Amino acid sequence: MNPLLSVRDLRVRFSVDDGTVHAVNGLSFDLETGRTLAIVGESGSGKSVANLAVLGLHDRRRTEVTGSIRFDGTELTGASERELTRVRGDRIAMIFQDPLTALSPYHNVGAQIAESYRRHRGASRRAAAKRAVEALDRVGIPQAAARARSHPHEFSGGMRQRAMIAMALVCEPDLLIADEPTTALDVTVQAQILDLLASIRDEYGTAIILVTHDLGVVAEAAQDILVMYAGRCVENGPVRDVLDEPRHPYTRGLLASTPRLTGDVHAELTAVEGVPPSLLGPPSGCPFEPRCHYTGLVEGDLCRTVLPPLLTEGGRGSACHIPHPRFTTEKDR
Amino acid sequence: MTPLLQVEGLTKHYPSGGSRLFGRASPVRAVDGIGFEVPAGQSLGLVGESGCGKSTTAKIVAGLERPTAGRVVYRGEDVARMGRREFRAIRPEIQMVFQDPYSSLNPRHTVGAIIEGPMEVNGIEPPGGRRARVRELLELVGLGPEHYNRFPHEFSGGQRQRIGIARALVTEPKLIIADEPVSALDVSVQAQVINLLRRLQAELGVSFLFIAHDLAVVRYFCHRVAVMYLGKVVEVADRETLYSAPAHPYTKALLSAAPDPTGTAGRERIRLTGDLPSPADPPSGCRFRTRCWKATERCASEEPVLTGGPHPVACHYPETSAESAADLSAEPV
Repeated sequence: MNPLLSVRDLRVRFSVDDGTVHAVNGLSFDLETGRTLAIVGESGSGKSVANLAVLGLHDRRRTEVTGSIRFDGTELTGASERELTRVRGDRIAMIFQDPLTALSPYHNVGAQIAESYRRHRGASRRAAAKRAVEALDRVGIPQAAARARSHPHEFSGGMRQRAMIAMALVCEPDLLIADEPTTALDVTVQAQILDLLASIRDEYGTAIILVTHDLGVVAEAAQDILVMYAGRCVENGPVRDVLDEPRHPYTRGLLASTPRLTGDVHAELTAVEGVPPSLLGPPSGCPFEPRCHYTGLVEGDLCRTVLPPLLTEGGRGSACHIPHPRFTTEKDR
Repeated sequence: MTPLLQVEGLTKHYPSGGSRLFGRASPVRAVDGIGFEVPAGQSLGLVGESGCGKSTTAKIVAGLERPTAGRVVYRGEDVARMGRREFRAIRPEIQMVFQDPYSSLNPRHTVGAIIEGPMEVNGIEPPGGRRARVRELLELVGLGPEHYNRFPHEFSGGQRQRIGIARALVTEPKLIIADEPVSALDVSVQAQVINLLRRLQAELGVSFLFIAHDLAVVRYFCHRVAVMYLGKVVEVADRETLYSAPAHPYTKALLSAAPDPTGTAGRERIRLTGDLPSPADPPSGCRFRTRCWKATERCASEEPVLTGGPHPVACHYPETSAESAADLSAEPV
């Protein structure tokens, strides 16, 4: 079966005053219907830029996008704005971190949700309004018919995020891209929103790309994970496998630096020292090399000079010069 | 032994708009009669979701706001009742570290000038001169003397937070109020800053009032934790007790909702429904009752008081440790 979304060698560059930012550098992944893929990385890792490129939401005058983004058999890179507009909001929808800036303050919530349905499905005003209320009801907004007439500022943060999900869902998209959808929310509300996304995936078979920096959220909400560093995938695979036995030193570092609710608190957290590299002139070798504890395991200066390719085996991939079985023994010692 | 800081019956009501014609709107009860202690050389974590009053509490303790009622006793004297001159004398002893390392440093000042600032304001003349003191502090927080003449924009978020910490330390404070000091940072950098704060506390013996929404972060830094909900403290306990045997249903729900990379298997799932009620119109009786699965009529009529020895809890039906232990081993719902 062909995957719903297939991204190959995606590269995104854009020019800024100081030069060219190499934001995404050869990203490849597949996503199948009914699955949630978490794309994880820290600020500047390219996770959001990659997803904006999938939707064609980048600034076309300054940004160069190469590679292939195939969505359900259609190539999206190089597609015209017209073609993209047809897909966007209908078959691919996006929800953002901050619903207050993503929703228009001037229109009531119901009208904003109905607009998308009218545009893509040519529905009548009345049918679209009814549909909007159904969508609000589906995402768990009480008294949906009344609340559809409210404006975004009258909603709490969690309710606004629900409203944005309702807007994304109104056309029953095949792919939902959720960029840090719960980062601005409190934990108890975050848990509700993650449950909601999972129930939507299971009910409609929607494929979800969940962009997040939080490995805890990944463990709760996704089946597959892709870890990005400096615009590349450094590790991918099924969530539990990767989080239980990470292979790439960066994934290990991220996990070791995440504070936990259980376990030893007297030991220091193992921080990843240093800072991510500048994307203005990516180094020729492994971008993680300056922060890596394991370079000593590799002969010569391979890490500094040669970019490690993403090697995939049995559904798991890692882009590191250290062959993983030896890596595992080294850790256990 | 008397604690370094003792807060009693602290209350802060903000008037909310509302026209005279239709009567005054009820005030926002941001903090509504709370008490806690910070012993010398220890850290107290103040935890809760947005709107619980934790930041307002921080501002009052730091002397940036005046309380509506209550006492803030620092080394035997009520800071809230102090005149300006008296307060200036103790000002250097209480310092603050802010959440946002981007907006809390003046972009036009060099790092040296930023850190020297508090010495100038407080007329502090260190033996070796101010400049030498700044260099010493830069090294203490993991930066170098070469950073003295640089400007904040030349630093990453983590480095800026180190500058903010150095500025707080320059007056040799006895108490540092840290309001979400790591929540704007990436995980790998967050761990660096948590480790730094832990080291500083161990070396310098500074007390911390540590405000955070992330329970896992608090666990790594605080000896004791107070949980707030809608302007009230609902539970206070030692770190070991709070995380293994939470007694208030809200604490239990918070812990259950916090995502953890280890996954949810074996953990009880508690999903709170609904959002935080408005602090302008809190529920009668127990403020948590509208979202609590244990609530009865008694909870609506009678407000629970924070009582009970070393592990006080404000609940009519607290979880017993036996219950908690049983729940932890129970099958996830």
